[in-house]
Amino acid sequence: MDAAAIHAALVQRFGERITGASLDAGSPFAIVATDAIAEVAAFCKADPALALDNLMCLSAVDYPKETPPRMEVVYHLFSYRHLHSFALKLHVPRESPAVPTVEGVWGVANWHEREAWDLFGIVFTGHSDMRRILLPDDWEGHPLRKDWQDPEYYNGLHVKPTPQMMERALAGETIGVGPFDFTPDNKHVEEP
Amino acid sequence: MDATYAYLVWLFPAAAQWPSWLVTLVITALPALACFSFMALGPLVYVYAERKVAGFMQDRLGPMRVGPYGLLQTVADTVKLLFKEAIFPRKVDRKLFIIAPILVNVGAFMPFVVIPWGARLQPADLNVGVFYVSAIAALSTVGIIMAGWASNNKYALFGAMRSAAQIVSYEIPSLLLILVPVMLVGSLSLLDLTQAQAGGLQNWLLFRYFPIMPVAFVCFFVTGLAETNRAPFDIPEAESELVAGFHTEYSGFFFAMFFMAEYTEMFVFSAVATVLFLGGYLAPHPALQQIGPVAMGWFWLWFKAWFLMFVMMWLRWTLPRSRVDQLMYIAWKVLLPIALVLVVLVGGLVLVPATANGFPWDRYVAWPLTLLLAGFLTLVMIRALRWDKGRARELALPAGGAAPARQVVR
Amino acid sequence: MSAASPTGFVSDWDQDGLDTDEMVVNMGPQHPATHGVLRVELRTDGEVVRAARPHIGYLHRCFEKHCENVDYPGVMPYADRMDYCAAMGNTLGFALTVEKLCSIEVSPYVQTVRVIMAELQRIASHTIAVGTYTMDIGAFTPFLHLIRDREKILDLFEWTCGARLLYNYNWVGGVSHDLPDGFVRATRDFLREFEAVTFPELLDLIIHNRIFVRRLSHVGVCSPELAISYDLTGPNLRGSGIARDLRKDFPYSGYESYDFDVCVGTGQYGPKGSCFDRNWVRVVEMRESAKILHQALDRLEKMEKADVHEKVPKRVKPPKGEIYFRSEAPRGQLGYYLVSDGNINPYRLKVKSPCFTAMSVFHHLAKGMLIADVIALIGSLDIVLGEIDR
Repeated sequence: MDAAAIHAALVQRFGERITGASLDAGSPFAIVATDAIAEVAAFCKADPALALDNLMCLSAVDYPKETPPRMEVVYHLFSYRHLHSFALKLHVPRESPAVPTVEGVWGVANWHEREAWDLFGIVFTGHSDMRRILLPDDWEGHPLRKDWQDPEYYNGLHVKPTPQMMERALAGETIGVGPFDFTPDNKHVEEP
Repeated sequence: MDATYAYLVWLFPAAAQWPSWLVTLVITALPALACFSFMALGPLVYVYAERKVAGFMQDRLGPMRVGPYGLLQTVADTVKLLFKEAIFPRKVDRKLFIIAPILVNVGAFMPFVVIPWGARLQPADLNVGVFYVSAIAALSTVGIIMAGWASNNKYALFGAMRSAAQIVSYEIPSLLLILVPVMLVGSLSLLDLTQAQAGGLQNWLLFRYFPIMPVAFVCFFVTGLAETNRAPFDIPEAESELVAGFHTEYSGFFFAMFFMAEYTEMFVFSAVATVLFLGGYLAPHPALQQIGPVAMGWFWLWFKAWFLMFVMMWLRWTLPRSRVDQLMYIAWKVLLPIALVLVVLVGGLVLVPATANGFPWDRYVAWPLTLLLAGFLTLVMIRALRWDKGRARELALPAGGAAPARQVVR
Repeated sequence: MSAASPTGFVSDWDQDGLDTDEMVVNMGPQHPATHGVLRVELRTDGEVVRAARPHIGYLHRCFEKHCENVDYPGVMPYADRMDYCAAMGNTLGFALTVEKLCSIEVSPYVQTVRVIMAELQRIASHTIAVGTYTMDIGAFTPFLHLIRDREKILDLFEWTCGARLLYNYNWVGGVSHDLPDGFVRATRDFLREFEAVTFPELLDLIIHNRIFVRRLSHVGVCSPELAISYDLTGPNLRGSGIARDLRKDFPYSGYESYDFDVCVGTGQYGPKGSCFDRNWVRVVEMRESAKILHQALDRLEKMEKADVHEKVPKRVKPPKGEIYFRSEAPRGQLGYYLVSDGNINPYRLKVKSPCFTAMSVFHHLAKGMLIADVIALIGSLDIVLGEIDR
């Protein structure tokens, strides 16, 4: 099935919950209403004509400068039976984005959604294990958003050299930014 | 012991007047100490041999820098280990942590007391020699469990438990298989076992009841691999699974002690296997037993034990590791039934006077088989050398040369 | 959320609610057999694993964020460093993605060179995969024999572009260095030795070794539905019996003109989809790559040398748009989702790495195995943490 046929099948089943599409040959996609994604996903997998049984990639993209500002969640799907591919997109708001999970449809979505939460802050409702995957557990913020600022400190260590440090270094002081240059107090405690 | 007394009196004529407890102490302790010192230097050689064997099998050279051909490598390693800090992780049970390597070494070195290096070259000829060896060697298991428990480390505990299970399981077929030559000879003493094989290659217990005893030998060798934690049964120190198993937390001198114990145990096992099956200190031909004034017994025992150790090393670098349950399967469902059958079979054959000492065709099998095996191994080595030279010639490089990619020819 | 014990060990499982028979064991992040900095938390009952939880992210280097701040050629060195054991595949995938978006067609000469490099890299990557796997199972020698052959491939790479591990070789529109004189002959020498000596020895020594087979043939069986659902690709997928290979289904860089077979796990010693089958696919793929290399070298000798920088644009500025392109890296399907807004920096580059998805099935397959089998499972999925964490 080509992109137009897949899009037609989706529209026939879901009507106006498919809110848009772009069907050029390079990268066809359909825009789905956010709350319908779980059903659309289940249909894509179960329908024998579509048989989109493989989630190739789940990406999140941040578009703060579009009107309206939005984040997109892109699902690239593939069918091993029919060897055709298609993409679904969701437009989610940039504040408190929430998307239903599709981990029940494609098992790999579990980890992809954890990564989207970790790097973008998109909450996937119904997810069994919504926690950070790539960044440390105590990291604050979601770095891949376009408005991300590096923090000043992480666990008491300077993250980047500040201009004040540069002045002090030029004045001859030995400055370091790494963990080896900030020798913490010896916290070793003898057990009784 | 009387020989030692004679030597002592010859050295110190005053010794005849010493109180008897002192004399007994000296004449029992001195040979044991001499034997121990000699054997404690063994691991230096075995470790070097292992690394060289590993290197050649893996298409590389092994240690080459420290001393000519890397001969001083183990000396350097020993010195390094002695100087290294012996780290005591937090919350280890200090007493057990220190006693464990000592116990393992005790279990490894004590059996040397009964191994005969010659007709009168044996520190103590116990009449329960083989039984003593098995019993003492099992002491190292206690040491291993202690090491694993005291380390306060789940992985070490895993390794220790696996090791305990493995050694205990393989003790049973091992003891049954020891019974087979013992039944044939009728004595547990290692000296008696050796002397019952006197007269040349065809009298060695390996070739009696052909093909029953070779099967017993192979099975005994397999149980020995498992007892000494060698591949393919080296689960307790499975490097890639448990880092280093029960001796993960040991460093410096304590690690050196475990290492020493492992190689010594290997040698002990090889020596016992040699005595039981391969004729102990006896030469293949009686004429080679005494070259001029020099008794060659020690040489032959060494030669055979080292050959067995070479086979152990060969197997280690060739075979992968069995999983724990597969290991247990081999012990209980393969080796134990075979051992039981062999005991019953050989026991029955010994009772029948016609076959009390072996089948009639035994004496004709020994030499042909040995020569065949030696010839085959030599042919394989020659073929390997010729292939290597041929490949080098083909690539127009000096023998043992570099990779071909640097040629700029079209 | 996480419970810390007095010794500082942090576990995600509530240790008070544990059955007293169970133990929480940590494997990694420093461990000889986890192929990188991976931490696996196991809840075991003796030797049997009741639950497993992998923790990744120890090697996260913010690749995707960096890509938004450099230009397209500047992404190449970063892309190399994702799967550092098979760097040619990463850069090839990215170069093809950008070329597709910019509609750049490279010459057949460059295509052949790219195929040669990609297949040499496939052999080199599989030598590490199979070699370290056999080392994990306990046989040390095949690893060294395979590394000896990998050294020859790395010498070829060094001769061509100066680097042994991270090459920055495939550029948008071409490659960085042309093949030197004598490369064809040297590669043929290597292939001759590999096919005559290393490969048969590998099969005899370890792959068909009874101990090896018994360790692996009933372990970690992954059914085809599970494999597709968890997006296992490459040798992991083909080990479960599904004969899909991007080089055949959606060929790129001239692969449609080469004659080679797709290697599939056949379940010759146990159920299909076991650890043995995945490893078997990698072993046999090395021979198929050698086949492709012979054909590519023959083709190269008949071609005229062309300028490899001919189509490399002075400034890479793709038109506004997006594309998702996947290529067959040695570890599976490497997917690049590139969103361009017409600038010289990518707007968003998302990488779907095959090892990431392979690792996601780990917790499912690890239930009920012994700890030794967990090692076998990790090795059979052939993960490289650089690619998982990016």
